[in-house]
Amino acid sequence: MAMKRMVSALAALAMGVGLVAGAQAQVKIGVVTSSTGPVALVGIPQKNSIELLPTKMGGLSVEYISLDDASNPTAAVTAFKKLVGDGVDAIIGPSGTPAAMGVIQIAAEAGVPMLAPVGGAAVVLPMTEPKKWVFKTTQNDDIIAEALVGHMKSKGVKTLGFFGLADPFGQNWLTVTTELAEKAGIKVVASERFQRQDTSVTAQSIKLISAKPDAILIAAPGSSSVLPQTTLADQKYAGQIYQTHGAALPDFLKLGGKKVEGTVLAASLMLVMDEVSDKHPSKKIAAKYIADYKAKYGAEPATFGANVYDAGLLLQATIPVAAKKAKPGTPEFRAALRDALEQIKDLPGTQGVYTMTPADHSGFDARGRELITVKDGAWRLVK
Amino acid sequence: MNLQIIALLGQDGVSNGAIYALVALAIILVFSVTRVMLIPLGEFVAFSALTMAAMQAERPVLIGWLVLALAGLGALADVGLAVRGRAAWRWASLAWPAYGLALVLALAFLPLHELPMLLQAVLTLAAITPLGPLMYRLFFQPVAHVSGLLLMIIAIAVHVSLLGVGLLVFGAEGSRTAPFSEASLDLGTLSIASQTIWVLVVSLALIGGLYAMFEHTLYGKALRATALQQLGARLMGISPVLAGKVSFALGTFMCALSGVLIAPLTTLYYDSGFIISLKGFVGAIIGGLVSYPVAALGALAVGLVESFSTFWASEYKEVIVFTLILPFLLWRSLKSGGREEEH
Repeated sequence: MAMKRMVSALAALAMGVGLVAGAQAQVKIGVVTSSTGPVALVGIPQKNSIELLPTKMGGLSVEYISLDDASNPTAAVTAFKKLVGDGVDAIIGPSGTPAAMGVIQIAAEAGVPMLAPVGGAAVVLPMTEPKKWVFKTTQNDDIIAEALVGHMKSKGVKTLGFFGLADPFGQNWLTVTTELAEKAGIKVVASERFQRQDTSVTAQSIKLISAKPDAILIAAPGSSSVLPQTTLADQKYAGQIYQTHGAALPDFLKLGGKKVEGTVLAASLMLVMDEVSDKHPSKKIAAKYIADYKAKYGAEPATFGANVYDAGLLLQATIPVAAKKAKPGTPEFRAALRDALEQIKDLPGTQGVYTMTPADHSGFDARGRELITVKDGAWRLVK
Repeated sequence: MNLQIIALLGQDGVSNGAIYALVALAIILVFSVTRVMLIPLGEFVAFSALTMAAMQAERPVLIGWLVLALAGLGALADVGLAVRGRAAWRWASLAWPAYGLALVLALAFLPLHELPMLLQAVLTLAAITPLGPLMYRLFFQPVAHVSGLLLMIIAIAVHVSLLGVGLLVFGAEGSRTAPFSEASLDLGTLSIASQTIWVLVVSLALIGGLYAMFEHTLYGKALRATALQQLGARLMGISPVLAGKVSFALGTFMCALSGVLIAPLTTLYYDSGFIISLKGFVGAIIGGLVSYPVAALGALAVGLVESFSTFWASEYKEVIVFTLILPFLLWRSLKSGGREEEH
């Protein structure tokens, strides 16, 4: 820990020196991550991924200014203001949805394109005037939910129970799932909520089971997705259990053990790289990212880091386009960059293929998710 | 709602309630002896569960460093006192740093994940329990005479700092441990998980042990005397410092033990402790912060109310549980006829 701290202090020092000497850097990109605080699990792989981003884009050298918001939306606002003051051309971040919601206005007022690696679809939907400056490098919930509901339909599920976290993540999933399920002729017969810190969810699971749904969908991010499922397993629930991409972490397999066998979820292809067809446009890019990350940090990257990496890919594709219209560091350049991001078409990233439109600033299609199941303690592609 | 559901909810409520009861008893124990409303007790539940989980997951167990750091600071404080001539220097002051060092080494070099579960639990308890007395030495002993309100503010400060330390030591993600045994007891239509039985048996044994200690041992009687009348106890030659340390150690031990007990049942996070200690606190309030048996029953009631209210209205269960405290506060304040705080 102390070593790491010293390294980051040195890096900050080097960056300070770089700022004085480095008028050569033609494009400045700000990065705001939550590398400390409760969102650190998401923020640390994101911060690490900055080192893997290209430092040259279309003949222009790029400088990254990385700040930490300590998982605090207020600190994210301060960090954004500072970056805007530094005259950055684009900002990648922040890590958390609440923080991202708080900085949209600042990015829009300053006219700086913002690439948010966050889960909440609310940062780009519904599209409003300020959100025109926001792009999101993760799959929207409905893309994932579509895949799950499709699987339910093919397996003849008629009734569904919903078990979600009592927060915006759970709420949004309930809305999206109910809508899609109804269209597919599946009835949501019970919906229960729990808190991340609950030490027992037995009561909710009994209630769900007594409604006798054919399948249950658990919607919770990170390790909070495990307790509902192990409790259902303990209560001997026999139906199919679905999880969202929120569960797609190594911790889910480790904490859940045998009790999460057979879970079906939809998530990025990074989990099942070996099984994905070589023709998938994202496979090579994801493989390179994983290999680079492993070489640098000696550990497998979480998908959260890949979201930042994708933001870098999007900028790499659009900065040369914008540079033809104006000089970096000017408002015209940033506006051109925004326009270019909105025109992105069929750009493969680590998680899927981006096609942005004025209405869709997340840009994923069905290639942005795979149906995955848990078999023998590992992720397997559903064939 | 049929009989089976009632039985299942009851079982869930009782096993949660047993944990809250241990925390409630620890809160009362610490409060009555030292007047400290020790909110951080909940953190010890989470910390011990996470420590044991870290052992099993072969992650580095860093909690020993916290013990060592606190012990080092405590010894420094003793040196400071001795230099300024406020207290005689005793070599015994170095016992805690030595213990901390031994702990750090043991946690770093023992093949923790291969040890039998009982030994892991013992090591966990050995790592967490010293935090209580060390914390008392550093944060509460120097200000033992100040008002109850100030002590509570210090306790909250300690709670907030521990949260930060917890994040640093255990990380943001939750953990759980392997169950003690997978077996379950089948009684007709009802099956009782063996883990629930473990929780109940250990809680009851601990409560019985406490009772025996308070009634039949010298230290127990000394603690009770300090709780009843601090000045009088002091005049009888009972050291308030020792009483404070012993009560903190006992309270921490009970919470650490409940952490080990619930670790296989649920996913715990570095910040899970607060809500557990709040529920223990509700139990302690029901017992009026004096009565151990009433508090234990109150905590059991909290567990049951929580379980059943979750079944009826999962979104409002926290509200329902914490509303429980109101009638008791009202009753207590009516009964005491609006007297001011005595301390």
